[in-house]
Parts: sequence; C-alpha cells; structure tokens
Amino acid sequence: MLEKAINGSKVYWGWIAFLLLLMSIGAACYWQQLSHGLTITGMSRDVTWGFYIAQFTFLVGVAASAVMLVIPKYLHNYHKFGKILILGEFNAVAMVILCLLFIVADLGSPQRLMNVLIHPTPNSVLFWDMVVLNGYLLINILVGWVTLESERKQIAPPKWIKFFIYLSIPWAVSIHTVTAFLYCGLPGRGYWLTAVLAARFLASAFAAGPAFLILVTYIAKIFTGFDPGKGVLATLGKTVVYAMCVNLFLLLCEVFTVFYSQIPSHMAHLQYLFVGYHGHGVLVPWMWSAMIMAVVGILILIVPKNREQDNLLIIGCLLIFIGAWIDKGLGMIGGGFVPNPLHEITEYVPSQLELGVSLGIYATGFLVLTILYKVAIGVKQEIE
Amino acid sequence: MKTQRRNFLKIAAMAVLGWGVRPASEILASGGGTASEGLLFASRHKVHVGPNALTASRWAMVIDTAKLNEKVMEDIVHTCHSIHNVPTIPGNQNIKWIWETHMDHLFLEDLHEYQPEAGAKSALALCNHCDNPPCVRVCPTKATFQREDGIVMMDFHRCIGCRYCMAGCPYGSRSFNFMDPRKHLETTNPDFPTRTKGVVEKCEFCAERLAEGKMPACVEVSEGALAFGDLGDPESEVRKLLAERFSIRRSPTLGTKPCVYYLV
Repeated sequence: MLEKAINGSKVYWGWIAFLLLLMSIGAACYWQQLSHGLTITGMSRDVTWGFYIAQFTFLVGVAASAVMLVIPKYLHNYHKFGKILILGEFNAVAMVILCLLFIVADLGSPQRLMNVLIHPTPNSVLFWDMVVLNGYLLINILVGWVTLESERKQIAPPKWIKFFIYLSIPWAVSIHTVTAFLYCGLPGRGYWLTAVLAARFLASAFAAGPAFLILVTYIAKIFTGFDPGKGVLATLGKTVVYAMCVNLFLLLCEVFTVFYSQIPSHMAHLQYLFVGYHGHGVLVPWMWSAMIMAVVGILILIVPKNREQDNLLIIGCLLIFIGAWIDKGLGMIGGGFVPNPLHEITEYVPSQLELGVSLGIYATGFLVLTILYKVAIGVKQEIE
Repeated sequence: MKTQRRNFLKIAAMAVLGWGVRPASEILASGGGTASEGLLFASRHKVHVGPNALTASRWAMVIDTAKLNEKVMEDIVHTCHSIHNVPTIPGNQNIKWIWETHMDHLFLEDLHEYQPEAGAKSALALCNHCDNPPCVRVCPTKATFQREDGIVMMDFHRCIGCRYCMAGCPYGSRSFNFMDPRKHLETTNPDFPTRTKGVVEKCEFCAERLAEGKMPACVEVSEGALAFGDLGDPESEVRKLLAERFSIRRSPTLGTKPCVYYLV
C-alpha cells in the first residue's frame, strides 16, 4: 500500500518538499544543540523544562483523540465514524512519533537514550511513559495497517485485531494519564500538585484532538475530494465542545480550590499566569487569549446548527485547538516552574534555535501524517 | 526479497542499538577530559571504600546560622566549587552545589514579616540528602541514587539529561550542564572529575573525601559553623547539637525528610 505515497500530484510533492526544507532547518538547529548543548534554549536552572516538553505534553493529547472515534464505532456501533477511523489511528501514529521526537530533543545526553532500557526503573513515571507511548504507537500502526489492508482487499478484518482495537481504548487513556502523572506527583510544584491534572489533561485532549482531526479532514477533503460522509464531522464537533466544557469546568475547580484555600505556593502560579507576579508576566496575554478562544469556541460549537455549517465548525475547532495549545503547550509547563520553590522568579521564553528545532520536529510529524493519510485516502478512493 | 528485508531490519536494529550504547562521541559530548575521568567511567554505584573511610548509618549536616558570616560562607562556597570543578557560569544556566541565599527563601513558611532581620539574613543552601528523596524516585535510569548511609549520589555517566530530578527536587539543589562546563573552569582539580554538557550534578556530601577518611570540605573550612556526623550515633556531634539547640529543616511538610538541619 505504501506505493500510494509515491504517486502524487505536483501539490503533493510541493508540500513534501516544503516539509523536507523545514526538516533540514530543524536539523541544522539541532546540530547547534548537539554541539553547544541545551544552552541554545531559553531554559535555565529554574525552568528546566520548556517548549519541547510542553509540545510533547500537548501532542500526547492529540494522539489520544483516536479513542474518541474508536469508542463510538466499536462500543456503540456508531458506524458513521468507520470512514474516518483510519484517519484517527494514523493521526495517533504521527502524533506519538512527534512526542517521542520532542522527548529526544529535550535530552541533554541523547546518546545515552538507551539507558532507560538498560537500567529500567519502575519507580520513575518517565519509564512508564516510555512504555505507554511506544505501546500506543505500535497498537495504532498495527490496527491502522491491518484494517486498511483488509478494507483494500474488501474482506472483513481478522478477528484477532479486535483485541488490539479494544486494548487501544484504555491505552489511549493511559498515555495521557501517565503523562499527567509525570507532573502531578512532584512535591513543591504547587501548580501541578493536583489530583485533577490527569482528568484535565484528558478533557483538553478530547477537545484538541478531535478538533485537529476535523481540521485535517477538511484539508484532506480540499486536496483529495475525500468525503467523510454526511454529518460525521458535525458529530465529532459535539465531542470537541463537550470535552472543552469539561476542561474549562476542571480549570474552574482548580481556581476555586487554590484561591479559596489561599495557600500561597499554590496561588502563585495561577497569579503568575493570569495577572502577573511581582511584575513578571510574559504569559499573561497568552493565557487570556487562550481563555477567550476557548469560551468563544464553545459558544460557537455548542449550538447544533453551527456545527452543521462547515465554516463555523472550522472556526470553532481552530479556536479550541489553539486555545488548548496555548494552555498546555505554553502555560502548563512553563507556568509550573515560575516561581521556583525558593520563591525566586526566572521567566522562560523559548529561543529561536529552540523554535527552529521544534519546527523541524513538527515538519517530520506532518511528513509522517501526510504519507499515512495519502495511503489511507488512496485506498479508500480505490475501492469506491 | 524476504531475506533482504530481514537483513535490512537486522542491520538497522544493530545500528540503532550501537548508537545508543556506544561511548560519547566527539559531537555528542565534548571531548577532552582530565586524567581521573577514566576512573569515573566505571559506575559510581559501586563506591570504593578505603581502610580509613568514615562510615555512618545516616550522614547528616547541622548548620549553625548564628556562626555563619559573609567570609565563612564565601570560603565554603569557593572551597567546595574549586575542589569539585564546579564552573562559574554567568546567567541563569549556572551550576551551584552550595550557595548563599536569604533565609526567607530557604524557609518560606517559617519566617514572618515582623522579623525583617532574620529574613534578610543569609544562610547556605545545598542538597538536603533527603531520607525520602523525590529526585531518586523520579530518575528513569538510577543515575541519581541513594547510598545506604543516606548520601544521594549522581552517576554522571549514566545521566541522560532529562532533568526530571530537577523538577522533582523542591529545594532547587540540582544543576544541569546546559553547556560544556570545562570551558568555564579556570583551574581544574585533577583528583575530581570534570563533567560534560548534558548531565545533572549536585552536592554529594563529599562522598569521595569520606572514603579517604576526611570530613566534607565545607565543614573543614566552616570555622565551626557546620557540623557533620552520624544521626544513628547518639554520641555524635550532630545528635548533641540537635538535642541542645532548636533546629529547623527546609519544607518539612513535603515529607522528603531532609538531613540538613539549621540551628536558629
């Protein structure tokens, strides 16, 4: 089936060339990082995780979104999702690859990466995150490829694949839960030290992930004429808006707990993010933009009629996706480190080289996504 | 076709593995190094203990804040950093094993606004060698590990530089080598390894000196402000000080059980 990826239009090859260009820019920036160390980033002794880890945290959520198609299709027999299910699974593959690349980019000594396998350490959540991420990658490659192949041959998928499809449901939940556990078990980091963090992560994932899927499906529709079927994207939009409502609700739970208890070490981070703290507040405009986007996105998509209209659905999904990205891809990780446990304030802004590396990684992920979608949609159109 | 694919996969797998376990190359880790570096290529998990080594069931430090003054603290920081090859790096990507900071940063929840002098006073911060260390709990490779005598150690050669321990430490006691530290060393102590970029480091209660029967360097130059000894021995100096004087620890509510005590 892979041969479908090498038969494309000029637009397709232009896009691939563009991605390769971005990847080489990223590679050049990463070369700088390899030779000079993480000093090329904006990170510091106080803010030790930055843009890379934040992107990984956000993208785990986008990857987990496949489950929002698998559950309706396989647990509720909602067959309308069958047509875009493969897109969800291949999206998960590309996103998990992005997550892994971002983790590797963040390592100070990437040449020792295998130490995680040579000295497995079950008491570290990072070990389990490696297990669940790689597991989810393999499950989605397997399920996606096997079901697509049988679809191409127009036969029923083999029975044994059902096991992996059902397994993928709790596994999707696990990738984001374990990622949240990376943060929420740390003493002295008030912003993350909350049991609701995993739930918040899942809620924002089930909003941002399907929103992304809707957007890329529209893009695929424009370039290939792929038709997901009537009302499918509108129904998926319902998932997006409900999940975002839950996400905002959980954030409000957090705000209440923190500010009614008045514990300074827990209040400081939210103050830093939303109103500034002791004169520091680079993220304040970002966080308010995220909030406004989330609320406007919800107001648009909560109306059933709006979800039926392509333009409004696209705008709503865009707002919710970008809002969730700011919240997790900028605020969640950076904000957790400021102020530090000694109450000192060191702000963090990603450096240009850091953004260059990230750009290259994103391009790599989109290359994988493009190729997988090319194959999947090619097969779909072939059998029609 | 089949065999070709299998061979390809085999070679690819070997290549990936080889890349993972081969020693640091010139690009990935800065080259050079000192004479004693070779010793440290062996895992630090097996510490060599000489015949004169000082031993304890639980090492701890007691800092008498009343005896600390600018000069003593400067001497301590300078001595520690010079014998351990800790570079002086300007900016916020710096390395600190032991440093001077205000009491109100050290004891956020213990001081109040009606004791302005106490808050403005300085004291020393260092790794607390916690009984229940979060950094050891989170490390994915056991590069950070705890010895039976309580000392929390770093294996510089096993650290992958994920900096999870730095997120886990609630005392800001760990530093990461964002850049090649050797470029920022004016003089090098050949008896202690220098580090490479991309690894975390911190105070180790001078485990290398204890093994030779010597007290930690900071204690030696502290003019009596720092005491070091065995918490398990009721006759030890640290136990006597803790029995006689009122002491506090940093963020005790976090349950990390720090083993650096401050007399106030």
